[in-house]
Amino acid sequence: MFNKIMVPVDLAHLGALEKALTVAADLSRHYGAALCYIGVTTSQPSAVARTPEEYEVKLRAFAHEHAPDSGHEPTARVYNSHDPVADLDDILVRAIDDVGADLVVMATHLPTHLDAIMPPNGAKIAKHTRASVLLVRNDFSAE
Amino acid sequence: MEKEPSTAPEAPLESVGIPAPQGAANLIDTDYQIGQDNYQARPLGVNIDIHGSVFAVSSLMILGFVVLTLALPEQATAIFNGAKGWINTHATWFYLLSANIFVLLCLGLILSPLGRIRIGGADATPDFSRTSWFAMLFAAGMGIGLMFYGVAEPLTHYGTSLEGTTLGDDGVRTDWAPLRAAAGDEEAATRLGMAATLLHWSLHPWAMYAVVALALAIFSYNKGLPMTVRSIFYPILGERIWGWPGHIVDILAVFATLFGLATSLGFGAEQAASGLHYLFGIGDGDVTLVLLITGITAVALGSIVAGVDKGVKRLSEINMVLAFLLLMFVVVVGPTLLIFTSFFKNIVSYLGELPFLSNPFAREDVNYSQGWTTFYWGWWISWSPFVGMFIARVSRGRSVREFLISVMLIPTTVSIFWFTAFGTTAIDQVRKGFEGAVSAELPLQLFMMLSELPLTEITSFIGIVLVLVFFITSSDSGSLVIDTIAAGGKIDAPKPQRVFWGVIEGAVAIALLLGGGLAALQAVAVSAGLPFTLLLLAGCYAIIMGLLSEPRIAKPTRPTAP
Repeated sequence: MFNKIMVPVDLAHLGALEKALTVAADLSRHYGAALCYIGVTTSQPSAVARTPEEYEVKLRAFAHEHAPDSGHEPTARVYNSHDPVADLDDILVRAIDDVGADLVVMATHLPTHLDAIMPPNGAKIAKHTRASVLLVRNDFSAE
Repeated sequence: MEKEPSTAPEAPLESVGIPAPQGAANLIDTDYQIGQDNYQARPLGVNIDIHGSVFAVSSLMILGFVVLTLALPEQATAIFNGAKGWINTHATWFYLLSANIFVLLCLGLILSPLGRIRIGGADATPDFSRTSWFAMLFAAGMGIGLMFYGVAEPLTHYGTSLEGTTLGDDGVRTDWAPLRAAAGDEEAATRLGMAATLLHWSLHPWAMYAVVALALAIFSYNKGLPMTVRSIFYPILGERIWGWPGHIVDILAVFATLFGLATSLGFGAEQAASGLHYLFGIGDGDVTLVLLITGITAVALGSIVAGVDKGVKRLSEINMVLAFLLLMFVVVVGPTLLIFTSFFKNIVSYLGELPFLSNPFAREDVNYSQGWTTFYWGWWISWSPFVGMFIARVSRGRSVREFLISVMLIPTTVSIFWFTAFGTTAIDQVRKGFEGAVSAELPLQLFMMLSELPLTEITSFIGIVLVLVFFITSSDSGSLVIDTIAAGGKIDAPKPQRVFWGVIEGAVAIALLLGGGLAALQAVAVSAGLPFTLLLLAGCYAIIMGLLSEPRIAKPTRPTAP
């Protein structure tokens, strides 16, 4: 059904990702699909890493730890951005092509009134790609 | 290209847009994690991620300032004027001396072996192409001021120089002429007027920006500290920068930036309003100003939401093209030959008068040095954290020498050419008997000068558009910078915070214009810059310490811009 699952990862907010990561790992096992974790970082020091290289190392370690036991070691890919908050959608859309993913699994929040002016990333990505997009919402109580 | 992952012991890694390896740099060893003191929450479905102390103190004080200025405009005006008067009399020497130190530091670094150090590590490559980089430097650094003062300042100094000096009863000069003036000598007055203008727009302002930008870039890219002003002071304060000393530095930076920005926005609004009044007969009263600032802030918010690459970068490039067209127009239809010969003459007279114009002590031309130079130094310095951080953000991968030459010498040359084209043309018109520009209000002088050239309506309209686009660019990049400082150096803080700061900038500009007009803008810029000047002087020491601890490139290699 699916050959390659892409999972955008925000290393600064791993707690919010947990459910999406589990779903992605389960689907990868179920379909025997390869996993690819995508991270976006800045040239400037951030909460996660003080240099882009450090970020790469961390994402690599993360990917290794989050390998589903399906025989596929996950890949990891880092994108550099001047303004990740604004450019995230475009980067992820590009990443889908680069990776050749046919399924994107990503965490998202519940719809809010702000979405009209600043749409959530997942919705925008679904609009601009041919891959399937699975938006994983956290528990309602947690929102 | 995708690598086959199955047998790899570690996850294969592919990076896009990260130039690796970055080579040697000397990270500062600290346990501080960026954002560790931040307050993160999601009230009403809006994500926020702010540095609690810096955000709370600065935003509350600024809101208080806006409310008080609007509620008690008369008292506010009195306070502004009092502060400005005191600084003019007592702190002029300090501003002038500090500015000279910044220039000397930058020139020294260009020549010294420290110039070989590369921002971002020995093998870092630039993030932006030279053209975009330069467009952003320029649009952020001067923008509106070039439009506002391009004609007005040369004309003013030319006029006062021509009138000569007058002494008051107390033996203090009451005229506004620079230096010794040039009573009755049109040629000498032109030279002196241009030199006196160029002082404020060339080496000194760019040196101030360069100091802040270089310090931020080195301590962020090479030392791994967050991109916020407190990081500069690590060599002096050590781990204490994460506590209140650091908070105070950042709060001062937010203040300086906000008021420096509001000054420019105020000028922009005044000029756009008088331009619209002149072209279309739209009233240029307070209502127009408020509507203009509101409308432009709204557009700026759109650009803020679009981000750096789609917002500021594109706007800066549009700016650059429009400004270039306007400049070329003036050069071609104006007195072309005169402009070119004057360009070199102006460089000579600028450099010749520079030691006297920048002399901080025993100045006889009190009105010029206190009223003009001090205002500019205060304005530039109060706006330096903004331009500096913006320049730092886009300058990774340049060597210190390339960086300083590009941030200091190239903009200086462009400034000189800009002021030569606009100023010389205007002075030439006056010397041929056209009184329209000289007798007009400052914001209108540009349009009066253009009215003597062909296609007035079109060029004036381009002029207004330029002011507006510069305005939007400044408001956009300013919000980005203030947000980063108030978020403890986080570049990726949620968007609604940027929008908040964009709105605040508009509000402060409106409050200042209504509560005292241009005089209030000038007074606040000069006051906000003073404490920051002290910080910058300490920053000069920190830069040298920071650079000395960096590994040096064996031989100077110029990076290839993408």
